[in-house]
Amino acid sequence: MQSTEDTNSAMIKASSGLRGAFSFGGATGPLIGLILLCAFLSIATDSFLSFRNFLNILDQITVLGIMAVGMTFVILIAGIDLSVGSVLALSMMVLGFLNVEAELPMAISIGGALVASALVGVVAGLLITEFKVPPFIATLAMMSIARGLANMITNGSQIIGFPAWFNMGAIIRHGGVLTTTVAVMLVVFVVALLFQRYREGGRMLYAIGGNPEVARLAGINVKRATVLTYTACAALSGLAGVLLAARLDAVQPSSGVAYELDAIAAVVIGGTSLAGGTGGVGGTIIGVLIIGVLRNGLNLLSVSPFLQAVIIGLVIVLAVAAETFKHRNK
Amino acid sequence: MSSAMTIDGKNPVLSLRNIHKSFGSIEVLHGINLEVAAGEVVALLGENGAGKSTLSNIISGTILPSSGEMTWLGAPYAPATPRDAIDAGVAMIHQELMLLPHLSIAENIFVGRYPMKAGRLDRGEMDRRAQAGLKRLGLEISPRRPVEGLSTASQQLIEIAKALTLNAKLLILDEPTAALGSEETKLLFEQIERLKSEGVGIIYISHRLEEIKQIADRIVVMRDGEKVQEFDTADVPIRTIVEAMVGRSMEQMFPPLARPEDSQVLKVSGLTSPTGRFRDVSFSVRKGEIFGIAGLVGAGRTELVRSIAGADPIQTGTVELNGKDITPKSPGQAIRNGIILVPEDRKLQGVILDHSIQENIAYSNFESVSKSGWMSNRRVKKFASENIRKFGVKGIGSQMANEMSGGNQQKIVIAKWLARNPDVVLLDEPTRGIDVGARSSIYELIHGLAAQGVAVVVVSSDLEEVLGVSNRIMVMAAGRQVGILDHSEANDVSVMELATA
Repeated sequence: MQSTEDTNSAMIKASSGLRGAFSFGGATGPLIGLILLCAFLSIATDSFLSFRNFLNILDQITVLGIMAVGMTFVILIAGIDLSVGSVLALSMMVLGFLNVEAELPMAISIGGALVASALVGVVAGLLITEFKVPPFIATLAMMSIARGLANMITNGSQIIGFPAWFNMGAIIRHGGVLTTTVAVMLVVFVVALLFQRYREGGRMLYAIGGNPEVARLAGINVKRATVLTYTACAALSGLAGVLLAARLDAVQPSSGVAYELDAIAAVVIGGTSLAGGTGGVGGTIIGVLIIGVLRNGLNLLSVSPFLQAVIIGLVIVLAVAAETFKHRNK
Repeated sequence: MSSAMTIDGKNPVLSLRNIHKSFGSIEVLHGINLEVAAGEVVALLGENGAGKSTLSNIISGTILPSSGEMTWLGAPYAPATPRDAIDAGVAMIHQELMLLPHLSIAENIFVGRYPMKAGRLDRGEMDRRAQAGLKRLGLEISPRRPVEGLSTASQQLIEIAKALTLNAKLLILDEPTAALGSEETKLLFEQIERLKSEGVGIIYISHRLEEIKQIADRIVVMRDGEKVQEFDTADVPIRTIVEAMVGRSMEQMFPPLARPEDSQVLKVSGLTSPTGRFRDVSFSVRKGEIFGIAGLVGAGRTELVRSIAGADPIQTGTVELNGKDITPKSPGQAIRNGIILVPEDRKLQGVILDHSIQENIAYSNFESVSKSGWMSNRRVKKFASENIRKFGVKGIGSQMANEMSGGNQQKIVIAKWLARNPDVVLLDEPTRGIDVGARSSIYELIHGLAAQGVAVVVVSSDLEEVLGVSNRIMVMAAGRQVGILDHSEANDVSVMELATA
């Protein structure tokens, strides 16, 4: 009996060492999936396995990667944010309006775009905490409102005419490696990982997602943390919007439609539970890479975009099924 | 102790022969024999982990035994699913109520087997049969009423009504009184008596040993997966039962009371809740004193201590700590001032079950495990293991909270706070759902707190417990305080008289 207890506790130790909190966000499964996917594509195509293609993938996942980080925090506290795609569009239009139409300096324009985005998050957060609107509904409403506002700025038309260096930020690879936009994404990843693992605020998100009442009774200001989380998520979507504007060298209010679903997909594939309290940014980064690599690889294999959508859907099902299966066997 | 015999000449309706159960390589039931006759209440006792739940899950078809035989009404009985068991007439009423709050009582009773007429739900028939089932249990409520908002006792009875409507001849009640006050318990017991007289056999699982004497005909005690003793009468001294359960002779359950110091720590004046759950409550607690709050369920005790801890709003009145007004507006404020609450419902309010122990401990002690907001895993681990050792929790820091027994979970809920050296600790039902062996260690913990000079407030529905641990006892009834008794003048009669006055 004693020895079985010992092995049990050793097993528990090992499994929780890999689990959530202080590690890769329970993302060992997705990580293995990513590696297998890369291995397959390296064999199946001539062009996948190259440094240049790897850099292409990083460029392609910038927008999704940054949005998915914000979404991870929201889902960690057992929430959901459907407004991120619309917030991205709003951010882009505010940026275009301030920089091109109002001819303000780029730094101020970017600041304005981020503030506008963050405000959407503040409103969503207050609706959820003060008016007890379920997150799904509150952010559904903000999704519609932000999209409407984005369209109102130019009455639906696009804005072009950013300074030339702005677009170069998404094109020129410093030292032949990183574009400015990819660098921004990597900084966001590192800051988010550090925040989640080593800051009180990050650990609080796990407590709130695990059980908000326990967290509240433990002295955590759950309302404030919730509002801040939605604000951060919206601000990150705004940042993603700025980077997308740089990539496209133009902004239009119809950008980012259904991006929220991609972001949620990346988070879920990365092993963060929609029930909250487990998972994390580490897993999400892998989730984002899986989606990025999959799209890139399927393009190289000349798979039609329609079939790609089907395959990504299957991957979501596979990821969640694998997670459920793992839990049942625990 | 041959269990093959018939009981008092009655024929057993259910008999178990040599039931074994293993999970993986670990055997948790080592050959159980058990008989239950029609119209008798068999109390199944044992500490958590003794195998009571496993055994009842086998009888009710939730899990399959590894080996052994069961017979039911003379025929072989091997339910593969709870549905099989219910169809045969065996129903288990779980400790956690499983009712759908938004549906009506009738719908809850018939969920999954609605009476149909011409391909449509026959609401009239459903309500009529539900009404009959409720009446059988002495419940005068409309079956069309939604379950939401009914008292726990009524919900418990509806669960039983559900089983009876399905023609159950054997009921397994798992801690039916855990959430009930003594009035409600009385009501439940009357109904159990009635069911007995109708020939329903009952397996009754409870941690409240005082109840057993009132309700049971026989007692079966389990320990470590074995049936260790069987009493053919319930008229057995509690001490004897407890000793059989824990397998050793018990020291005095409650440690001797120490004399508190004279200085006043906590002073509550004219406290009133905005919802009217308690009104104009005033009391004070001294350094090192254990202050019990007794009363029936719904008397406002939980709401009172929650308000003192900042978890619920306060309308009027003040909370003073060491002479300073610190009436809290949020749990955070109360905690920073040194008032902490160990809440009533451990699983919903005390611990995050699927997070590890060290994480749970860290959530309440961010200051201790972080430096200007930065946490390190090493500090969290070290802090957790220090406290785990200090409070005698059986487990390691990286273990999930739900992998531990209730007693150890409760110790974590308490321990996670004590590292802060609080001035006031409010404990709401500290031993609910915790087995007898683990209870005394919780009591020791409470006394240890008082010895360190903490002002302790204990809310409990268990009269014996409040009487045993408290220096003074405040009795509440219908939201008002009806008296404060000194330990020397408090006994079950004087407290109950006040509580029901």
